[in-house]
This record gives sequence, C-alpha cells and structure tokens, in this order.
Amino acid sequence: MNSGGNLSIWFFIGVSLLVNGVLIFGSGIYEAIYPPVNKVVLYDLHATIWWGGFLLVLGLVYCIRFSPARERARAGK
Amino acid sequence: MNPALLFFSGSTLVHLAPVDLVVIIFYFALVLAIGLYLKGQANTGDDFFMAGREMTAWVAGLAFLSANLGSLELMGWAGNSYKYGILAAHWYWIGAIPAMLFLALVMMPFYHICKTHSVPGYLKLRFGPGAQAISSISFALMTVLMSGINMYAMAVVMKVVLGWDLNFSILISSVTVAIYVALGGLRSAIFNEVLQFFLIWAGALLIPILGLIEAGGWSGMKAKIIQNLSEQHVANPGSYTHLWSTLGNFSDNPMGINWVGIVFGLGAVIAMGYWTTDFLVVQRVLSAKDLRSAKLAPIIGAGFKMMVPFIVILPGLLGLALLRDPAGHLMRLVPADLAWSPAGQAQGLHGYDEVLPLMLARYCGPGLLGLGITALVAGFMSGMAGNVSAFTTVLIYDIYGAFINKDASDEKKVTLGRWWTILGVVISIGTAYLVMHAQSIMDYVQSLFSFFIAPLFGTVILGMLWKRATPAGGWSGLLAGTLSSVGMYGWVKADPTAVRYVALSLQAQDQAQNMFRALWSCLICVIVTVVVSMITKPKPDSELKDLVYGLTPIPRDENVSMFHSPVFWGAVVAVVFVILQIIFW
Repeated sequence: MNSGGNLSIWFFIGVSLLVNGVLIFGSGIYEAIYPPVNKVVLYDLHATIWWGGFLLVLGLVYCIRFSPARERARAGK
Repeated sequence: MNPALLFFSGSTLVHLAPVDLVVIIFYFALVLAIGLYLKGQANTGDDFFMAGREMTAWVAGLAFLSANLGSLELMGWAGNSYKYGILAAHWYWIGAIPAMLFLALVMMPFYHICKTHSVPGYLKLRFGPGAQAISSISFALMTVLMSGINMYAMAVVMKVVLGWDLNFSILISSVTVAIYVALGGLRSAIFNEVLQFFLIWAGALLIPILGLIEAGGWSGMKAKIIQNLSEQHVANPGSYTHLWSTLGNFSDNPMGINWVGIVFGLGAVIAMGYWTTDFLVVQRVLSAKDLRSAKLAPIIGAGFKMMVPFIVILPGLLGLALLRDPAGHLMRLVPADLAWSPAGQAQGLHGYDEVLPLMLARYCGPGLLGLGITALVAGFMSGMAGNVSAFTTVLIYDIYGAFINKDASDEKKVTLGRWWTILGVVISIGTAYLVMHAQSIMDYVQSLFSFFIAPLFGTVILGMLWKRATPAGGWSGLLAGTLSSVGMYGWVKADPTAVRYVALSLQAQDQAQNMFRALWSCLICVIVTVVVSMITKPKPDSELKDLVYGLTPIPRDENVSMFHSPVFWGAVVAVVFVILQIIFW
C-alpha cells in the first residue's frame, strides 16, 4: 500500500512507534536503576520497560516492512 | 531546572520530565515533516481536497474513525462514563456501529458513484442549490466554530493538566495545523489522523490494563464501584455497570433516559445523522480509491470503534472504583464549572473530564506520561485539522465554486484552498478567544451543531431512497427540521419544565434531551419533506440517475473472495456488536 508517494504512511507510523519506544524503554531502564522518590501506582510491574519495548519492536517491524527501499522494489515489480 | 521546564511550571495535575518533553517535541517535528513531504503531492483539486481519491480501505477507515476520536471526545466520554457509568458506551456501540454499517453498505454507493466532493455537493445534485446553500453555509460556519472551540478546549486542558500558558497552546497548535494542512491538504490531515490513531492506542491502552490489575479484574472493579457509590449514598449503584437492563424506566439509571431515547434518538437519528451525513467524517471515506474500499472503510472503522470503550469508558469506570486523594480518602469528581471555580480550585476539586489525565498520572511514569499527553495533543490537533480541511472543501466547492465563480480553474481552487486553510485557522483562533471571554457560547455552539445533523439525515436518506422527493420538499424539510430543533432548545431554555414534553420526562439530563430533540426534528423533517414532495413536481428520472435507489446501477462484488467482501465483514462486525450488548446487558 502506498497512499502518498515513495514513503508509505505506515513507514511514518513505524518511525513514530520506534522513536517513542526507544525513549520510553530507555526511561524505564533508567528508572529501574535509579528508582524515583514518588513512584506511580503499580511501579513494581515496570510497565515503562515492557510497554516501551513493545512499541520499539512494533515500530521496528513497521519500519522494515514499509521501508522506502521495499516500497520502491514493490512499485518496480 | 531546565528553562523549558520552568516555562511549563505551575500548579498542575501532572509534572513532565525532560523525556516527556522530548516525546511531545518529536511529535510536532514529525507532523511538520509529513506536511512538508506531502506538499509536492497536492497539486490538483482532487489531490488537495480529496487526497487524490486513492486512499486504501485501511487508511480511509482509520482516518474516518480518527476524525471523530479527538481529545474532547476521549476526555469527555471518559468523564461521562465516570458520571453516567457504562451507559456512556452506548455512544460507541449502538450510537455508532449500525450507522457506520448503514453508511458502508447502503449509502456509500450513492456518494461514491455520483463523484461528489462533499455532502452539500450531493444535496445540490439531488435537490438543487437551495438545499446546498443551507447545508454548506451552516456546515462551514459550525465547522470553523468547532475548530476554535477545540483549540480553546485544548488550551484549557493543557493549562489544567500541565500548567501551560493558554496563548502558547493556541499559538503552537494553530501554527502547526495551518502549516501541515495548507501544505498537504486532506492527504496530510488523513496521514496525521492515522498517526494519531496509533498514538492514542499506544498512549492510552496501559490505563485499562493496569487499572484492571489494580482493581482485581472486571468483577473486582464492579464490587468496588458499588461499595464506593453506596458509601456516598448514590441511588441504584448497580446501574453503573449495566448497559441495557436499567433502561426500562427513566428513574432506574443515572442518565434519566429510557430505551426509546437510546434506540431511536441516539441509534436511529443522531448516530445515523452524524456518521452518514457529517462531511467531516464522510470526507475521509470519499477519499477511498474505489467503491469496494469506500464500503470497507467504514466497516474497518466500525471494527475499531467497538474497541474504543476499552480505552475511554473503562478508565472512567476504573476512576469510579479506584481514585483516592493523597490522604487515601475516596475522590469524588464534580462538574467542570464547579471544579474550575475559585472555590473548587481552593478545595482541590477535579472535574469529570479530568478522570483520564488523573488515571494517566496514576500509572504512567516519565516517557509514558509524555506519550499519553502527546496522544491528547494529537487528538486535539487532528480534530482541528479535520474541521479546517472539511471547512475549506465546502467553502471552495459549495460556496465559492457554486455561487461566486462557477468557472474557477482547478489551479485557482487549490491556491484558494491553501489560503482558506490558513484563514480558517485564523478564524478558529478568533473563535477560541471569543469563547475564552464568553464561555457560555461553547454550550450554545455545541448544541447548534447538533441542530443541523438530525434533520440533514432525514433529507439525505429520503433523497437517496425515495425518488419522489422533490427539490422543494428537500429544501423545506431541512429548514423545518432545523428550525424545530432550535425551537425546542429555546423552549426548554425559557421554560425548563418543558423538558417533560420534549424528552418525555422531567428527569431527563442533557444527553437525554439531545436524543429526543434529534428524534423529533428528524421526524418533522421527514414529514414536511414527504408532504411538500407530494404536492410539488418531482424531477424526471433522467436527472436522478446515479443519485437515487432504483436509478443507480450499483456494481456487485462478484469477483472478490468472501474475505474481501464488505458484506461479509459487515456481518462479522454486526455479530460482535450483538455479542457485546449481551455480555454487558
């Protein structure tokens, strides 16, 4: 699917998820090493780490699956 | 402290860490980058106003849903579920799903085949310039006002939640929206709506997951709600978690409504009117690349719409079960005007609409909090962008192109479209400041907006399904329905006891009044249209080809497999919808 030139909309989605995933996952790791004074409820579940990791992986999958190179190759077929 | 953080400091609901600000700034950079990237692909009228009519079913479907999934919607309905309980889910299920399926399988072929650019454009083809003029002028006016209200509401929320300055929020959001819509047109608005859809799920999905873990699952949450409401001596606390079983009588549920208002007022009129004739959402589906995609898009939207209560209604219910103040006492949210009054602020009260940010702050640490706030900002901005892009299209095609310069070239329309996008944003800013100084306008305009939707549905559906409906019938029915709705609203404002006639019960709350007013105004529109049509001359069949049922050859999906068939997926969505009603009965 390509709804707008060489870059698919799903590629932009992937970039967004990937960057946010990296930032949130990194923040979660930092918090695990240096626990904050005021903790959120259910802090011990470390949602920031696993949710950030999930977004990171999902973003990576979208970025690869809808990368500009793959889109060009698909359009050339 | 970081200077940027100092700028955003103050007495606030949540406090952002530097990583949260990075997440928010990245979002603004990305939407501007998308606008710049798409600039080169918005050269013709179809490109700029209809996104080239080349969107796939998935993109059009997610944009169709996201155009409605703004932050006012998210925060407002989370607040409503705190106030009214699970009854608020009706606005996502019976108040959306049947109408979306009806649009997909019954109405979309007519919109798509006649190649209209807008809903007022369809009315022109079917009923002539009179109905088009009423519809387009009221739509353009209301749309740009709603955009301003969106802008003001976002600024207020950002002030309450984050302590941001009102002028700063209005300026930064309006400039960003003006740039990316003026550059890329509808395509840019749609791209950002799909991005917003993902951000909303990524930012909000953790709240119900963690909330249910804390509450001890669905049954634990129900038990806590009943216990908390019983402590506060709320009547009939069990009704907060039942969808249908309390709708037999007006007094059995917190909304003061019965099943007639929900099924006929909400499901059959307001929802049908909004999802099938409000050009803000229909424009997204009109951008689909072919008829099958145009039919599948609302069905895909309906599939995801059914899941939205998980991130909107459930957090409201969880707030009812779990929210406590720092001292451990049960927290009771109050109406916004009380919460934001000087007395309310002094007591540290919070409004119903703050339940979602409160739950966000409860579970989300640095990074996640930024993503949640970004989801809210994205929702506000795409709400504004949706209004501005629909406003520009109607203005250019249905006012300028239809009445001022019928021979305008495509190039001129695109140039004007870019300028009117910027002007639309400037008018929205003016509206935002107008509302800031006279907040009661907000209530009136939101009610005004609903005045046009219910009668418009009566006019459009008769136009599509009944070839005997005449131009005079359509025009007069639309006018009569709209005026009667305004009249009923004014009647109840002047004499509050009139609610017993308009909404059939003195206990009817605002939402219940809206349902019944919509029902009556649509019925009046239909009756007037039918009566006037019967005594006036109809259009010949040759002029109704591709516009009316029976005179429009609708292509069949003969060569597609069952799994690509809109009818099959429509049936799947309908079955899941029925199952949900039974589960939460």
